[in-house]
Amino acid sequence: MFRIEKSVIQAIIAHAKKELPNEACGYLASVNELVTSHYELTNIDQAPDHFNMEPREQFAAVKEMRSRGQALRGVYHSHPETPARPSAEDIRLAYDSKISFVIVSLAAAEPEIRSFLVAKGAVTEEPIEIIE
Amino acid sequence: MQISMNGEKRQVAGDSLTIAVLLEMEKVESPEMVSVQVNGDVIDRTLYQETDIGDGDEVDFLYFMGGGSRR
Repeated sequence: MFRIEKSVIQAIIAHAKKELPNEACGYLASVNELVTSHYELTNIDQAPDHFNMEPREQFAAVKEMRSRGQALRGVYHSHPETPARPSAEDIRLAYDSKISFVIVSLAAAEPEIRSFLVAKGAVTEEPIEIIE
Repeated sequence: MQISMNGEKRQVAGDSLTIAVLLEMEKVESPEMVSVQVNGDVIDRTLYQETDIGDGDEVDFLYFMGGGSRR
């Protein structure tokens, strides 16, 4: 189960829309397994169909999480024009099996968000519980 | 020696070890896809075999993150 506050859902959708036509990306941080914050990171590819995080920003975000008593719970990115399911490239580049991979799709009129665990190429969708 | 690893104090045997050895000791999967920062400096991946970690160093590592909707 992937538990996340509704305000974070709204924030990552807003981030995805702000970065259009490019993909947005960032980290999701939790306290007691509930995602309470998102960290917007730069997509250094600035592309509509790909993202890469900047390592210095990654380190800075993770250190800020620590200082705030948070844990890295997941990574999110957007699919501006395709559904919220991992592409072959998403799966190939998902090296961290301990965190969730959240995809925000803006392909339809209503944004769609799904969460996945990826371990050595095997993808498992996990239910999302949105906390008001 | 004592180092800080991902924010936690760790006691490690010996006076120094390389980043490559540390990642191996920690059983990090796909170490070639890990970014490493030592005392605030991001270390070039090609230098993991020759960069030493010493007493008091602060080491952080995390996975490269990329992907996208490209097929």
